[in-house]
Amino acid sequence: MENFSIKLKVWRQKNNKTQGKFVDYDIDDLNEHMSFLEMLDVLNERLISSREEPIAFEHDCREGICGSCSMVINGKPHGPLKGTTTCQLHMYHFNDGDNITIEPWRAKSFPVIKDLVVDRTPFDRIIQSGGYISVNTGSAPDGNAIPISQEDALYAFDAAACIGCGACVAACKNASASLFVSAKISQLASLPQGQPERDKRVVAMVDQMEVEGFGHCTNTGACEAECPKEISQEYIRKMNWEYHRANIKG
Amino acid sequence: MLDSRIPPGDLSSKWSDFKSKVPLVSPANKQNLDIIIIGTGLAGASAASSLAEMGYNVKAFCFQDSPRRAHSIAAQGGINAAKNYQNDGDSVYRLFYDTIKGGDYRSREANVHRLAEVSTNIIDQCVAQGVPFAREYGGTLDNRSFGGVQVSRTFYARGQTGQQLLLGAYSALSRQISKGSVQMYNRHEMLDVVMIDGVARGIIARNLLTGQYERHFGHAVVLATGGYGNVFYLSTNAMGSNVTAAWKAYKKGAMFGNPCFTQIHPTCIPVSGDYQSKLTLMSESLRNDGRIWVPIKKGDTRDPKDIPEDERDYYLERRYPAFGNLVPRDIASRAAKERCDEGYGVGSTKMAVYLDFKDAISSLGEDTVRSRYGNLFQMYNKITGDDPYHTPMRIYPAVHYTMGGLWVDYNLMTSVPGLYSIGESNFSDHGANRLGASALMQGLADGYFVLPYTIGEFLSKDIRTERISTEDEHFVKAEKKARKRNETLLEIKGTKSVESLHRELGKIMWDNCGMSRNEKDLKNALVQIKDLKNSFWSDVFVPGSDNELNTELEKAGRVADFIELGELMIYDALDRNESCGGHFREEYQTEEGEAFRDDENYTYVSAWEFKGKDKEPKLHKEDLDYKEVTPTQRSYK
Ligand SMILES: Cc1cc2nc3c(=O)[nH]c(=O)nc-3n(C[C@H](O)[C@H](O)[C@H](O)COP(=O)(O)OP(=O)(O)OC[C@H]3O[C@@H](n4cnc5c(N)ncnc54)[C@H](O)[C@@H]3O)c2cc1C
Ligand code: SF4
Ligand code: FES
Repeated sequence: MENFSIKLKVWRQKNNKTQGKFVDYDIDDLNEHMSFLEMLDVLNERLISSREEPIAFEHDCREGICGSCSMVINGKPHGPLKGTTTCQLHMYHFNDGDNITIEPWRAKSFPVIKDLVVDRTPFDRIIQSGGYISVNTGSAPDGNAIPISQEDALYAFDAAACIGCGACVAACKNASASLFVSAKISQLASLPQGQPERDKRVVAMVDQMEVEGFGHCTNTGACEAECPKEISQEYIRKMNWEYHRANIKG
Repeated sequence: MLDSRIPPGDLSSKWSDFKSKVPLVSPANKQNLDIIIIGTGLAGASAASSLAEMGYNVKAFCFQDSPRRAHSIAAQGGINAAKNYQNDGDSVYRLFYDTIKGGDYRSREANVHRLAEVSTNIIDQCVAQGVPFAREYGGTLDNRSFGGVQVSRTFYARGQTGQQLLLGAYSALSRQISKGSVQMYNRHEMLDVVMIDGVARGIIARNLLTGQYERHFGHAVVLATGGYGNVFYLSTNAMGSNVTAAWKAYKKGAMFGNPCFTQIHPTCIPVSGDYQSKLTLMSESLRNDGRIWVPIKKGDTRDPKDIPEDERDYYLERRYPAFGNLVPRDIASRAAKERCDEGYGVGSTKMAVYLDFKDAISSLGEDTVRSRYGNLFQMYNKITGDDPYHTPMRIYPAVHYTMGGLWVDYNLMTSVPGLYSIGESNFSDHGANRLGASALMQGLADGYFVLPYTIGEFLSKDIRTERISTEDEHFVKAEKKARKRNETLLEIKGTKSVESLHRELGKIMWDNCGMSRNEKDLKNALVQIKDLKNSFWSDVFVPGSDNELNTELEKAGRVADFIELGELMIYDALDRNESCGGHFREEYQTEEGEAFRDDENYTYVSAWEFKGKDKEPKLHKEDLDYKEVTPTQRSYK
């Protein structure tokens, strides 16, 4: 289908000191093969040619792996398609004449920087608090010295697939970061290499999550439903268990 | 003038000899040495963490909002290492040999051998960090064969190897950030190298959130800023990948090596319209079972289902009976272009060929095909809306990787003292063509295991250099220049968007300096680029201001640099009167249309020196001396 039209409502906000508001844009010469971000590119080109400021949004790989893109589309982080990032969403999933609302992630810990761009550095600081295995370059044993069952490797991989986009926080009514944090904790706790720092890690990361002001998990499951990598909520249970284990031992 | 500083001795003992003789820097002195690292992809993150662990003060920069989002994250297939875990006869020598041959004999033996040597340590390091590589049932690491080599030496983590390796390096980096030994500057773009007394002593960066210009001092500066494939506008690279840092270094005296060597990957999803912003790679592995064809009849618009077998041209199988659909990347790419240029292309744009799984499905069954390629089919389906189980995929080649980059010596130092380049940003170990799964290997080799040693040679002589104040006139001047350039861009207030000018550049480069090149078109392109440069600097429109987040301003600076780079690539392509690897000059081919390499006259690295604005760059040649391997012509017939 070519030349179909949509009506957009986009959150525009100059910076974090000013109030934002929705602005309406009509676009009427879209091609269904465009990606959602290409649709925004087209709109931005039009804004630029009428000497207006383009809409700021985050993107880089446009392949669903870097975790940059971050938009709430019609109330859903990353839009209507399950297991899909915004950049992988294509216009053929929409219909001629659709109304589409686009907003930034909304969470106290992710303040808006401009338009659809938010500050996600709390995620970096959570990883810095303990989301690693302490091994210096050059001190590693042979890769095959520690066998890891295929099952454990797959479990760790599924958790490690998180792209750090923050959709889980945006989807959660409490703005909890539990899915993101638990995925990293579960990956490292399930591997032999992660054992020495297992207890210290979970306590440090959970504490940092609190410091950053993320909300508490009340098991609504919204995070898993909206996560573009379909990270399982099971990891949150695992994180809670790990946290208690560490505290009992500690 | 060009000294590659390759250590003496036997090829196989050069690196170990070097390591045992390189001067060391004492822990007390390391504390007083500052290293700036631009880029936190595989190369930058691994270097930053390793150098910080050793005790140096590191400042790291990236333009994304987090170091975890560097372009390396998107690599799919895997990483090579000469572990010989599969006991199939692999060895350091074999990996070395395959890489030299794959690069069509245009890379340095000593560097490539070192790369093969340290490849095994990379896997150990990554496993120790918790990278979840694929495993066998017994718990040992799994391998696959990749890119047509005869051994299984590729380690992988599903189709997300780059992501997992980068997250490993990012975790090591995060650990050093938490210890205060790395200061991390996200959302910062380096805009210039600061030179003092002929040595790189710092950088000018712009804070992308506030627009503030910053001066940073370093005893040494390391560029790990990735490749420049986006000079073609459309490529498989991330949208932000750019040449700016390397380009500024070039203009400060660092030579640019083999700029025209670019890799075009044969299996990408074709362009669907003029709104296209980037291209998506479909894994090379699809060619193991898919058959590539076009209709025999020109301009055939029938549905592929309705085209009978005897009206299909399986052109790779026809031209290369021995290798068929599995010929190397450059050959497969050129053959697709040839068919489409002749008018046999398919799809709405006619710039695509079919990759068909019909026969694979009927012989192996749909389930087997699904288990091998399910995720790729799904990805294809997400983008195109077509179902490859029932209708052939449409594919076309796309720019993927740049073998060229800043010229570096054995120590990975550019021709500017104190300025290093690692990862895809240097001209690297891949010669005229890179083998699959070797870029990740090189990035991590450079960052974890090579630079941390080689940088000692320079820094050990620098321990008495006091930190230089950023109030120094060289810093002040460089900042002024960077600021002025952005002000100029904002003041032009012309009529053309940055994006539209970038597209124009991409078209010039793709049409004339892409998959095949000839003197006439290249010379023409040189004129077109000069016009484009004028049109850019007189008619670009950049909205907004300099003191806020302004993505158009960022893009404008990058595109201005890409335009100049495009010119240099064309000079390089014009100089190289031969066809080798990714560089195919139409005048230099065999009667059968295959690449004709000229070892007698072109066994050198082209290193280009900047001679000033609007002046022709000067070519320096580093002769390549093959002692271990004897160059032969590739044949896939
Ligand atoms: C789709 C795709 C798949 C691939 N698959 C494979 C594969 O399977 N195996 C393989 O071996 N290779 C693969 N490659 C190639 C490989 O991914 C890259 O060559 C490699 O990751 C480059 O790493 P790097 O660290 O050199 O640079 P990058 O990862 O590109 O990092 C560049 C860094 O520099 C920073 N930067 C750049 N300019 C500036 C500036 N001016 N100021 C501040 N910061 C700056 C960026 O922020 C970023 O942090 C693939 C490439 C693509 C495109
Ligand atoms: S858990 Fe899912 S939604 Fe949350 S950051 Fe990771 S990938 Fe994004
Ligand atoms: S742009 Fe990288 S995940 Fe969407």
